[in-house]
Amino acid sequence: MFNRNFSVSRLPGFGAVAVFTFVMLYLPIIILVTFSFNAGVSQAQWEGFSLQWYQAAFQNDQVRDVSIRSLWLALAASGFATVLSTLAALGTTRVGRFPGQTMIYALINQPLMVPEIVTGVALLILVAFLKVQTGYTGMGYLVAAHTAFCIPFAYLPIRARLETMDITLEKAAADLYADHWQAFRYITLPLLVPGILAGFMLGFVISLDTVVITEFVKSAGQDTLPTYMLGQLRRTITPEMNAIATLFLALSLCIVTAFFVITRKRGT
Amino acid sequence: MAEARERHGWKWLLCTPALIVLVAAASGPLMIVVAYSFLTPGNMGGVEWDFTLEAWFRVFFRRDIFDPDAITLNQAHLGVFGRSVLLSLQTTLLCAVLGFPTAWFIATRPPSSRTLWLFLITIPFWTNLLIRTFAIQEVIRNNGTINAVLTGLGVIDSPLQMMYTDFAILLGMAYVFLPLMVLPLYAAMDKLDFRLVEAGYDLYASRVQVLWHVILPLVKPGFIAGSILVFIPSIGAYVTPRVLGGGRTMMLGNLIALQFGQGRNWPLGAALAMLMLIIVVGALIFYLRWANREEARNV
Repeated sequence: MFNRNFSVSRLPGFGAVAVFTFVMLYLPIIILVTFSFNAGVSQAQWEGFSLQWYQAAFQNDQVRDVSIRSLWLALAASGFATVLSTLAALGTTRVGRFPGQTMIYALINQPLMVPEIVTGVALLILVAFLKVQTGYTGMGYLVAAHTAFCIPFAYLPIRARLETMDITLEKAAADLYADHWQAFRYITLPLLVPGILAGFMLGFVISLDTVVITEFVKSAGQDTLPTYMLGQLRRTITPEMNAIATLFLALSLCIVTAFFVITRKRGT
Repeated sequence: MAEARERHGWKWLLCTPALIVLVAAASGPLMIVVAYSFLTPGNMGGVEWDFTLEAWFRVFFRRDIFDPDAITLNQAHLGVFGRSVLLSLQTTLLCAVLGFPTAWFIATRPPSSRTLWLFLITIPFWTNLLIRTFAIQEVIRNNGTINAVLTGLGVIDSPLQMMYTDFAILLGMAYVFLPLMVLPLYAAMDKLDFRLVEAGYDLYASRVQVLWHVILPLVKPGFIAGSILVFIPSIGAYVTPRVLGGGRTMMLGNLIALQFGQGRNWPLGAALAMLMLIIVVGALIFYLRWANREEARNV
């Protein structure tokens, strides 16, 4: 009963389930993208290729407004979060244990552990109070909320980069009479750039995707692309929504691919 | 010397800006929620500053409008809790059933193509949750893909009602949270020593026996981690049940949101939010204790 082709890693049926899972994972997205190019209104019946829904999306003032708001909010929040996370990572990595470190970790990771809806209503309460007290109703609340939410995501790759960095280079700089600032400016920072970039991009994608927190913090007229879409989903949907979703998807995909390219380089 | 005195000072200084933002926009507001759950609801939303346990009472019970002493269990709330826990457990189970073979499949590919398969699992995870929920909606709604195909084939005459059901929520959550199960399972399988699997077969174990007695115990940490990672966002889900579940099939997240919207009962909403947090933290503590025990046993 000797079987030359016997493979210890083979389990019957597992391959089939895996392929099924991958198909299930991608089929809905493929359908969504496909029907954004449909000439008709249907989401199920193909009526020929057309770019009319993309045209409609680009001519829709509201879509343009919310997209621009989403992008600059993500830029601002992720930018702030990256600067703050870089500082925090420098303060908590390669320094040994110090009193209060656990508390700092807990605070940084809190947005990851608390469900978004809980953070959302918590911010709603605070923002409602501040709006009455200060009269300020601008975008500052959303920027602050998104920044806090992006910090753990920006912090992770920066910290990972710092931990794998060769510390002897900085010691060499110190041996060559570089002061702390010079060693940081000319050695640590350039080496840290890939981590900082990765953290920034992760934060950017997270801010762009955040819907629940935005929904509860935003004032009137501060819709972002996700909250706009959430509002539209309840109405009759035309392929214009598919076109918007496809563009959004393409943007996320570009950033994530760039993120993987940057973090992969570290290994080589 | 100044250097000795400031030994830890600069570390705190570097962390301070981030901590200020986190306390102001994450931890601080959470404390306010705790406080609000013990206050009296205002007329137009908001609160009156009177201490009361009424909100916590109302999480589980209800009073008769005409006879305040007649107390009954709040069936509506209990129904929502039950649905939330049940759907989260079902989601975890469904993700495990699909995720295990998928992770195994990836872990047994040649190393060169493994990265690509992993990337394919990770991509949906980084694309917008709302868009993925929208994609599922397009597939299962009454004039969506599934119904169009089935009608076209003549299998059904009238569309199957899948939207606005518990099934839709289950499907949507399993769809969006699946990568969270596959990744830790893969991490556990990646470390798996295949010599042990081989040894099992050498000792005349069948495939089922090897799977059950060798592979499963070895990848159990991945299973537990994946289950926690899927269960926590499922319990906290808001967008998926809102879009796919409609108004009548609510989950805990939607019940919380309702109190801050039409319900105009902020203290009740705050108490419900705390309840959700307690469930999440409970699941995390369960996991950490399990992981510690496991580590202690293996050392």
